Amino acid sequence: MTTAAPDTHAQKPHLTREHLLHLLRQMIRVRRFEERCVELYQQEKIRGFLHVYIGEEAVAVGVLETLEAADTVVATYREHGHAIIRGVPMDAVMAEMYGKAEGCCLGRGGSMHLFDAGTRFYGGNAIVAGGLPLAVGLALADRMAGRHQVTACFFGDGAVAEGEFHESLNLAELWRLPVLFICENNLYAMGTSLERSQSQTDIHLKAQSYNLPAEVVDGMDVVAVEAAARRAGAFIRSGQGPYFLECRTYRFRAHSMFDPQLYREKAEVETWRKHDPIDRLTSWLRETGTLHDVDLLAIESDATMEVDKSVAFAEAGHWEPLEQLTRHVYTERALP
Amino acid sequence: MGTFSMPSLGADMEAGTLVEWLKHPGDRVERGDIVAVVETQKGAIEVEVFEAGVIDRLLVEPGTTVPVGTPMALVRGPGEEAIEAPAPELVSAEAAAAPAPSVHPAPPPSAPAAEAPGRPRASPAARRFARERGLDLVGMTGTGPGGAVVSADIERSAASPAPAPHPTRGLDLAEMRRAIAAAMARSKREIPHYYLSTTIDLTRAHAYLERINAERQPADRLLLPVLQLKAVALALRRMPEFNGFHTADGFQPGTGIHVGTAIAIRGGGLATPAIHDTDRLSLDALMAHLRDLVARTRVGRLRSSELSDATITVTSLGDRGVESVFGVIYPPQVAIVGFGKPVERPWVAEGRVVIRLLTTTTLAADHRVSDGHKGGLFLAEIDRHLQEPEKL
Amino acid sequence: MTVQTAAAPKSGVVGNVVQTTYREALHDAIREALLKDQRVFLMGEDVGRYGGCYAVSRGLLDEFGPDRIRDTPLSESAFVGAGIGAALGGMRPIVEIMTVNFSLLALDQIVNNAATIRHMSGGQFNVPVVIRIASGAGRQLAAQHSHSLENWYAHVPGLKVVAPATVEDARYMLWTALEDPDPVIIFEHVMLYNVTGILSADGGPVDIGKAVIRRPGRDVTLIAYGGTLGKTLDAAETLEADGIAAEVIDLRSLRPLDTGTILRSVSRTRRAVIVDEGWRTGSLAAEISAIIMEDAFWDLDAPVSRVCTAEVPIPYPRHLEQAALPQPAAIVAAARATLGR
Repeated sequence: MTTAAPDTHAQKPHLTREHLLHLLRQMIRVRRFEERCVELYQQEKIRGFLHVYIGEEAVAVGVLETLEAADTVVATYREHGHAIIRGVPMDAVMAEMYGKAEGCCLGRGGSMHLFDAGTRFYGGNAIVAGGLPLAVGLALADRMAGRHQVTACFFGDGAVAEGEFHESLNLAELWRLPVLFICENNLYAMGTSLERSQSQTDIHLKAQSYNLPAEVVDGMDVVAVEAAARRAGAFIRSGQGPYFLECRTYRFRAHSMFDPQLYREKAEVETWRKHDPIDRLTSWLRETGTLHDVDLLAIESDATMEVDKSVAFAEAGHWEPLEQLTRHVYTERALP
Repeated sequence: MGTFSMPSLGADMEAGTLVEWLKHPGDRVERGDIVAVVETQKGAIEVEVFEAGVIDRLLVEPGTTVPVGTPMALVRGPGEEAIEAPAPELVSAEAAAAPAPSVHPAPPPSAPAAEAPGRPRASPAARRFARERGLDLVGMTGTGPGGAVVSADIERSAASPAPAPHPTRGLDLAEMRRAIAAAMARSKREIPHYYLSTTIDLTRAHAYLERINAERQPADRLLLPVLQLKAVALALRRMPEFNGFHTADGFQPGTGIHVGTAIAIRGGGLATPAIHDTDRLSLDALMAHLRDLVARTRVGRLRSSELSDATITVTSLGDRGVESVFGVIYPPQVAIVGFGKPVERPWVAEGRVVIRLLTTTTLAADHRVSDGHKGGLFLAEIDRHLQEPEKL
Repeated sequence: MTVQTAAAPKSGVVGNVVQTTYREALHDAIREALLKDQRVFLMGEDVGRYGGCYAVSRGLLDEFGPDRIRDTPLSESAFVGAGIGAALGGMRPIVEIMTVNFSLLALDQIVNNAATIRHMSGGQFNVPVVIRIASGAGRQLAAQHSHSLENWYAHVPGLKVVAPATVEDARYMLWTALEDPDPVIIFEHVMLYNVTGILSADGGPVDIGKAVIRRPGRDVTLIAYGGTLGKTLDAAETLEADGIAAEVIDLRSLRPLDTGTILRSVSRTRRAVIVDEGWRTGSLAAEISAIIMEDAFWDLDAPVSRVCTAEVPIPYPRHLEQAALPQPAAIVAAARATLGR
């Protein structure tokens, strides 16, 4: 860590019971949504590539908790959770997973390309590291327009090998742009482990080499992630430039649906499961007497109902007419 | 064994229709003998054979239209045995015109022609135009790439009545008119003409003719056009830029001086057969050629080489009372010389007004090849030769 | 590279027309855009202090400052992507890519992001970025600096691709491109920067989607764009002397193609020659030829002809470079061949 933001009260999470239950609820919403997606994929309701976020929920929940409405989000193809947490209605996300016209992108994007103007959610990018330059540009626009907003840019450890990662970090720092870079380091770029692809596996060091303030965060601890994101946000909003968080996390399921996981040991997965961010928060809350069975039951019940409702919404949705095939390629402008 | 094939009688000829065989299997032929009559757009043409031997067999039936280059007869050379192999089937008009099997319920009218051996090269637009106008592309003269029939050719053809369904021996004036139309339209469209005119004193030439004709029988008398043809031919020796062809590669000088002479046909039409090596023929030989040509042209019997070889054209409408002719160049030639009616007029010579026999002589020439300065010299050269008729 | 002596390009006003160069026209267009719209900024390698590789942006840094005239690191992917991101964020960036070969380093951002985001987002987001790229051969810059890859970009739905071939288009296309809500790539042929032309001082924005007939004629249609327009007009002049009236179409927009203008002309002349500095195989000329075959076949009097660059990386020696490129003589020959001459 080269530069740490001052540790003031304002930057600390408000660890009230209500807030902690909120964090738990958010993670469980994502978990249940993703589990249902796996099921729907196997029923061929959802097609294409499907990358679920199970195991990594604490990162998106912790970071997005700290953003304001006018802030911007750029994510990857493993972004269903980010969209839901950011506030895109689960109905619209599920309908998009189905490819229905009621989806958040009219079904045109599908699972890897969720966009939502209302929540300033800029995808959903299937090119590893492809979102980083966009985030730099979005931040540049804020900066030039005098808006003091943060662009949160999520990417995985695989992105670190791409030139766009290095180009973007350099440019963001050079121009002191308000970007929060969040590396979701789940140790595998698809099936290639970090140590098999990087000479330097401490990713935050790479960011530091471009003079970005960077820190390592336990990505399985939603409270720790939120705390780090608040520190980063305060730094960025103060106009000092970008900030880098390396969140160490793990995906419990395969990279995508068609993946026998030959590249990692089952034991390794089991070890990481012991750090499941939802179990961890639940246990802690139970130990501290903050969470009771009835609370958890209510959270689970709400989540299940919300997912059920989203599936019903998607099922009832309709397919965009074929006549509209070539729409949305160029802006349709009314004739003068 | 030699092959006698449908000849190309012009750069724009794609196919011809055999009208008549003048030689038959077993007949001995010499180089230059007329062996067949072929109907083309420009009329019926007697076709020569270019090797000596004996006609072995005929491969094409009269009435059949075949593309240029199609073998029509086999000629057995000296010492060669008759071939024993079964004779190839004669190409008949029916076979040539038979449409190919088609899975399409209603093939356009041009499809049979397209599938037949004599498939004309024609552009899509020409095919559409022909279909719309009910015209047959076969035998049509093309002015497009590679001699392809293009839309403009169809438009010209459409202006004339439809060709007779069966080619007949002799002249087809409608066909001829179409050919003239195509050639002249191409000329005016493509050739940047320039026109020069001068007055030539024919008094001496006339006196010369009077003198030598006085002792001759009418059939042997020389006529003024012979002197004019010879004068033009001799002038071309020094002015080669008016003798030859303009092609895609630019100007190609003629390998000889073959003056084409415009001969009107009664009932309409025009042919411009060439007199080969005009500059080397005596006036008597030239006169004989001219009489023969006029006679044969008027019955539509011209040799292929006579129709395609002219390197320049001379036209004279003097006997129609016309004083000056502004000609249209016959492509791919690059010049046409016109002689008007000789008229006695007052003329100033050596400071005195005298009566002279004068003719207006004109030149229309291709500006891509020559310019007016050269054209003027060419006319002056013709004039010079006509002032010394005894040297012609 | 030609460097001007004046700090800022000057235009000599003559009456109500202006005598100017292609370079000055581009400069004036950028300057006008910067003055008109605070959202507009210029970004690229050496656009600021250096004044632009081809001196187009000379003097702008002094006038508008480093915030709006941004020198970037040699990070094509990042700064082109940042341009796309800034456009998404409400700005109107002009991104300059020094030459088309370097644009390949940003191909990911252009093809995977700029071209797709509008569609992927179901029409929620549009990308009003303008990317200027210098392209083409003729300056003996050898194989890597001489590409004509316009058709690579014109292949991609979601992008608009234009090629100003005249001083007037250089001057007035930019503003139309900036007003367009979708990504527009402007290809500036390197041989045009020094070309002088006259434009009306009070000219307005031009419709970048339409081709223009630069010379009317009835015998054959010559279709060109960008750097080949001048050569094609020269060829038409030669053909005129031969009595062939060639119609010359300047495509201007390579995507979308103004097929209406092409087809109307070819249906009239019945003959087409397409002049394209791209390599023949898979060229824009091939695309146009296919369009003519599909929609004007029955109007044709000759096969469609193409005059393209020889299938060789552009060689350094001048004689070889010139031999590889489309030249007026080849255009004349192709046009004559369509007339059977």
